[in-house]
Amino acid sequence: MANIFLIMFTAILTENFIFSRFYGCCPFLGVSDKPSTALGMGMAVTFVMTVSSAATWAVYHLVLVPAKMEVLKTIAFILVIATLVQFIEMFLRKFIPVLYSSLGIYLPLITTNCAVLGSALVNIEKGYSFIESVVFGFSAAIGFTMAIVVFAGVRARLTFSDPPKSFRGFPLLLIAAGLVAMAFSGFSGMKF
Amino acid sequence: MKKKKSLGSIFKDGLITNNPTFVQLLGMCPTLATTTSVINAIGMGAATTAVLMFSNLFISLLRKFIPKQVRIAAYIVIISGFVTTVELLIKAFFPSLDASLGLFIPLIVVNCIILARAEAFASKNTPLRSVVDGLGTGLGFMLALVLVAAVRELLGSGMLFAGSDGTGGVQILGDWFSPATIFLMPTGAFLTLGCIIAVVQKIRSVAAEKGRIDTLKSDAAEHGYYSEYLAKLESKKHFITRQKADSGEKE
Repeated sequence: MANIFLIMFTAILTENFIFSRFYGCCPFLGVSDKPSTALGMGMAVTFVMTVSSAATWAVYHLVLVPAKMEVLKTIAFILVIATLVQFIEMFLRKFIPVLYSSLGIYLPLITTNCAVLGSALVNIEKGYSFIESVVFGFSAAIGFTMAIVVFAGVRARLTFSDPPKSFRGFPLLLIAAGLVAMAFSGFSGMKF
Repeated sequence: MKKKKSLGSIFKDGLITNNPTFVQLLGMCPTLATTTSVINAIGMGAATTAVLMFSNLFISLLRKFIPKQVRIAAYIVIISGFVTTVELLIKAFFPSLDASLGLFIPLIVVNCIILARAEAFASKNTPLRSVVDGLGTGLGFMLALVLVAAVRELLGSGMLFAGSDGTGGVQILGDWFSPATIFLMPTGAFLTLGCIIAVVQKIRSVAAEKGRIDTLKSDAAEHGYYSEYLAKLESKKHFITRQKADSGEKE
């Protein structure tokens, strides 16, 4: 049980996907212009990453390992994730239209989000059990959501700033992200 | 298509003019994550270049056979096939590089640069042109990585070209320099990349302004009038007021 909590804590804070591992920086910089869109993206990622952690664990341990084809895990995982995203989209549209209307537009973007493939590969690399994999996928996504929502708040204040012309836009975003990352690096000193 | 671009200009387009990292702002994750040392940056850049060249070649060869509806899935399978090949080669021949780049080698699959080139270039052009495009874009990516990594490694440790275990580097800055470790941490990655992109934007805006004045001049020369206006334009004072007026307009 303690192990589960340790995985959660590490994935959310000390090894935050964005600020310490750099997985998922594209949506982090691209879809964080408003806290509401950031939250929508974060929820969509949380949903997909939890399900995909379970699915990729099953594919790896029940199909690839018995067939001695561990080498093909990258290809298998990206296909599983792409299919899964498509299924989730269809399922939500048919059965939970409320959720679909709020998350739908983010779903196609998630296939190429490296956080999803990254979490699947980390699960295998660390040799997590099924439960641990699902918990890791879920909490890493919570960490991603927290980072992207916090950054959207920071970004809202940037609109009122008056930086030099060359720093406008993307460079300023990166520098703001660097400062938020500095705050997060305070967690990395915590060891258990 | 009005005029076919030469192979040289395709290459230069990927390398400098439309640099994937600094101009198109694609592929941020590997740029931020693998630039802790120049050696890592070169390894990552070379791996991406290899994948990009081969995926462009094969997508271009198969462009008439891949149905439009499933093209993205087909591209991803082709790309991940080459990524797996490159991953195995690096594991076999450069184990230390594999250890320091970690999961970012398999994550080349989801690097937006590769999918973007497949969709925007290789699916519409001949194999030779696609390979040249892949090589140019890949080297452009490598150039960007090496530039960021050089700044970070130099300020973070005072050395360049250190191996992944932190030894064997060339000491560039002397004893007077106390290394700022923050540049090797995630924060440093964001700050360094932000500043470099700001410099690139500055260079581009200056070049664009110069290009606009050149067009004005050649237009005027062609039509044979505006000679007085040209003389004014040349004079520095007028140039400065013009710039001020321009930036005022934009705001």
